[in-house]
Amino acid sequence: MALLEVEDLRTYFQTREGEVHAVDGVSFELEERKTLGIVGESGCGKSVTALSIMGLVQTPGRVVSGSVRFTGRELTTLKRREMEDVRGLEIGMIFQDPMTSLNPTLTIGTQITETLRRHLSLSRKEARKRAVELLEEVHIPNAGRRLDDYPHRYSGGMRQRVMIAMAISCNPKLLIADEPTTALDVTVQAGVLDLLEELREDHDMAMIIITHNMGVVAETADDIAVMYAGQVVEQATALDLFDRPEHPYTEALLGALPKLDEPDARNARLLSIPGRPPDLLKPPEACRFAPRCKYAGTDDCSTVPPELREIRTGHWVRSAHPASERAKQPVAVS
Amino acid sequence: MSEQVDVRSDLEAAAHADPGSNGEPLLVVKNLKKYFPIKQGVLIDRTVDYVRAVDDVSFEVHAGETLGLVGESGSGKSTAGYCVLQLLKPTSGSVRFRGQELTGLAHNKLRDVRRELQIVFQDPYASLNPRMTVGDIIAEPLVVNHLGTRQTRRKTAEQLLDVVGFSPDFVNRYPHEFSGGQRQRIGIARALALNPRLIVCDEPVSALDVSIQAQILNLLKDLQHEFQLSYLFIAHDLAVVKGMSDRIAVMNLGKIVEQGPADEVYGRPQVEYTQALLAAVPVADPRQMRIRREERRKHKHVLAEPV
Repeated sequence: MALLEVEDLRTYFQTREGEVHAVDGVSFELEERKTLGIVGESGCGKSVTALSIMGLVQTPGRVVSGSVRFTGRELTTLKRREMEDVRGLEIGMIFQDPMTSLNPTLTIGTQITETLRRHLSLSRKEARKRAVELLEEVHIPNAGRRLDDYPHRYSGGMRQRVMIAMAISCNPKLLIADEPTTALDVTVQAGVLDLLEELREDHDMAMIIITHNMGVVAETADDIAVMYAGQVVEQATALDLFDRPEHPYTEALLGALPKLDEPDARNARLLSIPGRPPDLLKPPEACRFAPRCKYAGTDDCSTVPPELREIRTGHWVRSAHPASERAKQPVAVS
Repeated sequence: MSEQVDVRSDLEAAAHADPGSNGEPLLVVKNLKKYFPIKQGVLIDRTVDYVRAVDDVSFEVHAGETLGLVGESGSGKSTAGYCVLQLLKPTSGSVRFRGQELTGLAHNKLRDVRRELQIVFQDPYASLNPRMTVGDIIAEPLVVNHLGTRQTRRKTAEQLLDVVGFSPDFVNRYPHEFSGGQRQRIGIARALALNPRLIVCDEPVSALDVSIQAQILNLLKDLQHEFQLSYLFIAHDLAVVKGMSDRIAVMNLGKIVEQGPADEVYGRPQVEYTQALLAAVPVADPRQMRIRREERRKHKHVLAEPV
């Protein structure tokens, strides 16, 4: 049994204009001590997937079907109180924006000890001691003195470290990091990613890293799921995905990343994806990537919805034109 | 701090010279300093020290070329950009644009120069007035400079929308109808309105998704080609900067620590700080993961410590 099993998860939002299928049939498994990267553009449903696992989807959103099993236990049907015991204690979460996820009117110490006292019923003194240890663990210098500072005294990278300290304070088995480095400089980003990996090893945690940057998952993930318009379009081990990407969308995401070792990068153009992700109120009926896909239109792929299929062992793809099949039988692209 | 390394040959400099200004490059920045005072005191403020945001920086931008200015947050790269535009008054040093000294220039004179010197801001959400239509936003530089009539300005706005890849019908829309990448296109169209020679791009893509980032970077390259623009391209991501720049200047703690052709700075970084920046860029190759983590650990001490 895997640590986390998500099966056919569907989270819909009721809006005045209609029903938005933000997460539309997502399935994946995560083993203990492994890292899963979920990659996709803004609005592809990757954050809502994380919120659905955590039971944090707010109205008008609702998990309408599917299951989330964590250590064999179904989470979607838990009562609010029961879910509160899981959150923070068994599953930790880090949010995207370290500037807004800390309360500016409370000291860092108060905010860290809050979690410890809620879940582990530590005394004030014990919680404080543990908080200092946690800050040291995320490499905040002078942790003892910094505990009584307010968040505005911390830089962006340090606030994210505080968020990480809070998320791991109860030794969760799973840590979900939603765009943990997007608001940060590359150097700070690298530091935070290295810290997450270090903590994952020390605490025997599993981790889900959600990002739009293919480079970030390459630095951290064992397995990768690429999401587009509410669906997983490709899923494989990190090595296989980067060696042999299959879905045209994955190829495009890789091509869009500026590379350091690109010869003559100055005169080259980056591979950009024309257009925008589809409106999830009325997504394309068949393949959701078809309107932006350069291989679409030569057959029935824009009328028949592609299924997620295993193209080789452990490598799943949802496309009528995966790279390896294009190579075998080249379609005429006009 | 190590010596500044400048590998660019003088021959190359001559080839790039702007013919309009006695062979001088388009932009020459010399010994630029910007100090911000740290004040203390209850009733009477007393300057106790200075933050040396930009500390003796010199660089040149030639016609049609891109100089990438790269460094961490707080390295002074944006402050340097703002000093070039005189949006911040430099403490000392010289900024010459097309042979004309900009520091100390009177306000009305500066406005004339700024027609040729524009900026694209980092945050496309904060840099567009939500109460103005897209057409008015793009035409505002023309209004400020008393250029054209209402009709011709509207026409220009429509043309510029077309240039950045939008339908001219968008003139009557408002910024909230657009996504981050689209807003950045609007910001670029506004920067182009006065037909500038040099555009300072201050982290133009750092707020955008990777796929959208690629669109904007490609657009900037196309525009450079089409309008013979020069860019001072400021960013923290060395991979982004490398793909855009002919030459790169690396800034750390207010100083330029290394400067040279993009391929050389990347291929043979002379300064450990540059090596640390290179090691921080995420690489889309899981096989290099461990090696790169080691590399980063080695260079960690040269990066700005969180204070």
